[in-house]
Amino acid sequence: MTMAAASAQADMADNSGVQAADALVKLRSVYKTYQSERGNVLALENVNLDIRQGEFLSLLGPSGCGKSTLLRCLAGLERISSGEVWVRGNELAGPPEDLGIVFQRDMLLDWRTVLDNVLLPLEFLRRPTKGYVEPALKLLETFGLRRSADRYPWELSGGMRQRVAICRALLSDPALLLMDEPFGALDAITRDNLNIELQRIWTQTHKTILFITHSISEAILLSNRVAVMARDPGRIEEIVEVDLPWPRTLAMRETPEFIHHAAAVRKIFERLGAFTG
Amino acid sequence: MTDSALTPPLTKTAPASSLRRWWHGSSRLRFLIVFTVVVLGLWEWGCWVTGVRSFTFPAPSLVWRELIADPVWLAQNTAYSLGAALAGFAISVALGLLLSIGIVYSRILDRTLFTSLVATNAIPKVAIAPLFVLWIGTGIESKVLMAVLVSIFPMVVDSVVGLRSVDPGTLDLARTYRGSNLQIFWKIRFPGALPSIFAGMKVAISLALVGTIVGEFVGSNWGLGFVILQSQGQFNTPRVFAAIFVLSVLGILLYQAVDLIERRAMPWHVSHRNRHDDH
Ligand SMILES: Nc1ncnc2c1ncn2[C@@H]1O[C@H](COP(=O)(O)OP(=O)(O)OP(=O)(O)O)[C@@H](O)[C@H]1O
Ligand SMILES: [Mg+2]
Repeated sequence: MTMAAASAQADMADNSGVQAADALVKLRSVYKTYQSERGNVLALENVNLDIRQGEFLSLLGPSGCGKSTLLRCLAGLERISSGEVWVRGNELAGPPEDLGIVFQRDMLLDWRTVLDNVLLPLEFLRRPTKGYVEPALKLLETFGLRRSADRYPWELSGGMRQRVAICRALLSDPALLLMDEPFGALDAITRDNLNIELQRIWTQTHKTILFITHSISEAILLSNRVAVMARDPGRIEEIVEVDLPWPRTLAMRETPEFIHHAAAVRKIFERLGAFTG
Repeated sequence: MTDSALTPPLTKTAPASSLRRWWHGSSRLRFLIVFTVVVLGLWEWGCWVTGVRSFTFPAPSLVWRELIADPVWLAQNTAYSLGAALAGFAISVALGLLLSIGIVYSRILDRTLFTSLVATNAIPKVAIAPLFVLWIGTGIESKVLMAVLVSIFPMVVDSVVGLRSVDPGTLDLARTYRGSNLQIFWKIRFPGALPSIFAGMKVAISLALVGTIVGEFVGSNWGLGFVILQSQGQFNTPRVFAAIFVLSVLGILLYQAVDLIERRAMPWHVSHRNRHDDH
C-alpha cells in the first residue's frame, strides 16, 4: 500500500517534468526519523515533492503526520535521515537564502515591542532597520496591529501574536515563504480576511508559498495544489490540483466546483480513516 | 489580607491608577511600621517585665542608645563593610557572568570548570577564611576575596541555567535569518537569561555581605564584623545588637537596590507586569 503510494508519487514527479524543471524546491525520497531514548519515530517516509516557482502549495493532514517536520527539513532547520532536498538547484545545507518562516508557535521575544519583533529578522540579515520602520508599520496596519506597534507581546491576544509573527516573516519580502498553521489561532472572520490578504500579497509579489493548515476549505481557497498527508508513518498520500479561477473569493466556497474539490479531499481522509486527527 | 485590612475603602473608588498605586505602596509601608512598633513595644515590655539582664538580651531602648552613641564611628565601620561587600559583589557578578558564558559555549570549560566549581562549593568557605588572612593580610582585600568566594557560586549556576534555557524555537528563528553567534547571544540568549541572572544576583548580594562579615571576624580592625567581635569581647551586648541591626538594614537595602535595578532592566518580565493591578 505504501509502496503503491510511493510509486504513484514518483510517477507524478516524472509526469510533471516540465514543471519540475523550474521547481524552486525539490524533495527526493526524503526520510526523517526522530531518535530518542523512548524509541524512534518515523516522521517522514519517502517524501517526493516539487514546489514550483511562484506556486502556492498547501500541506494538509491530521495532527502528527509530519507537516511541521517537512517544513523544518525544507528550511534546513532539521537534518533529514536520508534523501535529498534541493532549493534553487542547490542541495540544502542549512537555511536557504531569501527565506521567510512563520512557525507554528509565534516565537515572539518578550523583551521586544511588536515593532522591534517585526524588525528582528532584518537585524539578523544586517540590513539597516531604519528604512524598514515605515514598511513595518504599514504591514502591521494591514494586519490590524498598527496601534499595538509599541506594545509588548504579552499584552496581546494569541491571534494578535500570530499576526505579528506573520508580519515578521513578510517584512524582508522573502521569495520563499513557509507558513506553519499561521491562522490556526484566529476567529473565522479574521481568518477569512487574512486569507484574502495573503492571496493578495501572493499575487502581487509572486512569492512561492508552502502553507500548512488543518482546514480543507482554507487549503482549497488559497492553493494551486494541496498535498494531502497521512500519518504513521508520515507521508504524502496524494497531491490534488485545484483548478479554480483566480482571484478566489470567499463566496466561491459555496460554488459547486469548490464543494467538489473539498469533497475529493475529504474522501482521501475518509479512505485513510484519519479524518478525526 | 493585611493589606485590605489596612487600606481604607477609598481604594475601590480611586479613579487614577497612580493614586491606587500610591495607596497600595503606603498601606504596605504603614503595615511595616505598625508591625515594627508593635514588636519593639512587646520586646521592650518583655525585657522590663522579666528583668532579663541587658548583658544577655538588651531592650530596644538600650540598643538605640548604643546606635546613636558614636554615630560617626559606626558609620565608618558600616562604610567599610559596605565597600568590601559591594566590591566583592561587583567582582562576583562580572566574573560569574564571564565564567558562565565560557561554560555555556565551551564543552571543555563545562566539564572542567563547572564540575570543579560544584565540587569546591561543597567546602565550607568559612573554613578557608583564616587562610586568606595568612596569604593576603588583614586588609580589605581579604574581605573582598571572601565576599567573592561566597557569592560567586549562585551567580555562575543561575547564569548558566539562564543562558542554557533559551527556547530552541527562537534559536531556529535566528538560524533562519543566518544570525551570527554574537547576534544570537546579544539579541536572544542574554536577554532571555536576565531573569535567572538577576535571581543569582539577589542571592549573591546577600552572600557578599555574609562573606565580608566572616572575613572581618577572622582578622580586621574595621567593619561591622569587627564591631560585633570587639563588643562581644567587651561584653557590650547592646552594641552587638546595634551592629546586627545596621547589618540587617544594610542587607535589606542592598537587596532592594538589586530588585530596583532588575525592574528597570526588564520591565517586560512576568514578575513585574501589572504589579499593582492583579490584587
Ligand atoms: N523533536 C522531536 N523529537 C521527536 N519526535 C518528534 C519531534 N518533533 C516531532 N516529532 C514527532 O514527529 C511526528 C510529526 O510531528 P510534526 O510536528 O511534524 O506533526 P504535525 O503534522 O506538524 O502536527 P500538528 O498538526 O499537530 O502540528 C509526531 O509523531 C511527533 O511526535
Ligand atoms: Mg505542526
